[in-house]
Amino acid sequence: MHDLAQQIVSGLATGSIFASMALALVLIYRAMGVINFAQGELAMFTTYVAWQLMQMGLSWTAAFVVTIVIAFVLGVLLERVVVRPVERANQLTLVIVTLGLFIAINGLAGWFWGYIVKAFPSPFPTDPIRIGSVGFSAQDVGIIAVSLLTLGLISLFFQKTKLGLAMRAAAIYPEQSRVLGIRVGWMLALGWGLAAVVGAIAGIMVAPVVFLDPNMMQSVIVYAFAAAVLGGIESPIGAVVGGLVLGVVINLLGTYVEAIGNELRLAAALAIIVLVLMVRPSGLFGRATVQRV
Amino acid sequence: MQLRVAVAVVLIAVLPLIVPSFLVFDLIYVAAYAIAILGLVVLTGLNGQISLGHGAFMALGGYVVAILAHSAGVPYWIGVPLAALASGIAGLLIGLVALRLAGVYLALATFSLAVATPSFLKHYKSITGGFGGMSLDPVQAPAGVPLDGQHWLYYVAWAVTGAVFLASALLVRGKFGRALRALRDNPVAAISFGVNPYFYKTAAFGWSAVLAGIAGCFLAIPTAYVSPDTFTFALSITLLIGAVLGGITTPWGALVGGLVVEFLPLVAQQINAAAPSVVYGVALILVMMFLPDGIVGGVMRLAQRIRNAPSPPALESSTTPAAPVAASPQTRE
Repeated sequence: MHDLAQQIVSGLATGSIFASMALALVLIYRAMGVINFAQGELAMFTTYVAWQLMQMGLSWTAAFVVTIVIAFVLGVLLERVVVRPVERANQLTLVIVTLGLFIAINGLAGWFWGYIVKAFPSPFPTDPIRIGSVGFSAQDVGIIAVSLLTLGLISLFFQKTKLGLAMRAAAIYPEQSRVLGIRVGWMLALGWGLAAVVGAIAGIMVAPVVFLDPNMMQSVIVYAFAAAVLGGIESPIGAVVGGLVLGVVINLLGTYVEAIGNELRLAAALAIIVLVLMVRPSGLFGRATVQRV
Repeated sequence: MQLRVAVAVVLIAVLPLIVPSFLVFDLIYVAAYAIAILGLVVLTGLNGQISLGHGAFMALGGYVVAILAHSAGVPYWIGVPLAALASGIAGLLIGLVALRLAGVYLALATFSLAVATPSFLKHYKSITGGFGGMSLDPVQAPAGVPLDGQHWLYYVAWAVTGAVFLASALLVRGKFGRALRALRDNPVAAISFGVNPYFYKTAAFGWSAVLAGIAGCFLAIPTAYVSPDTFTFALSITLLIGAVLGGITTPWGALVGGLVVEFLPLVAQQINAAAPSVVYGVALILVMMFLPDGIVGGVMRLAQRIRNAPSPPALESSTTPAAPVAASPQTRE
């Protein structure tokens, strides 16, 4: 029983990473109908930036803050420079451009920092947190807390601020928003910036667990796809719930189902993606789209 | 067209006799990549179904031929067609699933398939040999053929390449190709004109998987070894890179794409181990912005422009504005 509670908390911890990455994907998908395949690599790259800053003598907190600023600027810049020119192109073009970003960012990280796995410091204590007789890893609890805090702040930003409202409007009614004086192009760029920030935080949280290397986010992004699809790719709440559910389910399957084990966890994520897309493409929280032809 | 084909055939026949033998090895890989990329040309370029996971079909093909040879001693000339068949059946099945996943969702699912493929190969150790993979017998030329194993394999690989290119070109030139393009460009119109989307889209997926399966065999046989590292996630992405850079709407693009993905990394690696990725990524983005039909498309447009250009402006336009009509070289337009 203790074991089960621990596994669930540990699943929630990985799940909150999936949730963050899924939310980053959803933010961009809602705004422009694009799946950003480079989202995970962007998170990996900014995590390396944080590592580099710490190597240069910054404290963990200072490096965290500076990295968030850099991630935001990077996200905005990429939207302006790379995505903007092909914004109106067809789906295939957009997929290929974000894949191009994926490959280029992965290569740049390898170029700057090499392919040798690096340790990444964790801000959380190593002593377990005891509740009754069950000990939970402080790392897991910390990851859950930081991720939920981030997701909460993002949600507040969209619900309670004028800028958040403008961004939502620009995503859903671009033409009308433009008439009302909202600079839709910049709202999209801001969305990329925010998504990059959420990704950077997820990267910094997961790096002490999976260690730092240029391919660290490749399976995480597949889980994030699965989470986003499960929740409904247009729904931020869905992304978060989908991520948490997926984290727990995958962890329990991997631990208790012999046939899945460690190696087939990814395959389970793939199966979830395909099943959800076939049976209920709008996911748990999305609305089915009706297309007039 | 015929001239281009003739030049290509002669080049392919003569090349291995004049280049050093390590290049012959690379050129076998070019054939493998070209075949697999041709599959993407049919599926993604002509039919608009985005696959980021064709490395999985290559893995299936490569492993089928390897397992048959390794455990039952089946010769390659039987193993390769069986591998193509197995891969084609898998392609038809996944094609059926793909019918339900439009556009970006298919990209997402196939991307995940590409990431998950090595973990399948590692998991089913008893058949695939797990991490360590499987060794195979190196290819020998049949008795009486005055070639070493490598050159023999080269000619076989390129003969197969020629055959599948010819078959694909014939296939996409007629009704089949028209149906694929119609379903890509305007599915509603195509369906109302009686084009059966289920048949054509599934068939396109199946054929592209057959090609990928054959290509996988020619990735495994030259090194006489398969392992999960032969068929990584990067392989799937490499195929798409080749298709996009070469030109995703024409078989010639597949050939150029094969050359690019084999040789560009060899050159770029001289700078830095990570340089190929950076070059690829930047090239993908730039090509999509400025040259959406790839190298082949760009060259063809350039040739077109040269052919249609007005004759060189050597003439009088500025010096003798008084008599423009008589001297004007506008007749070509």
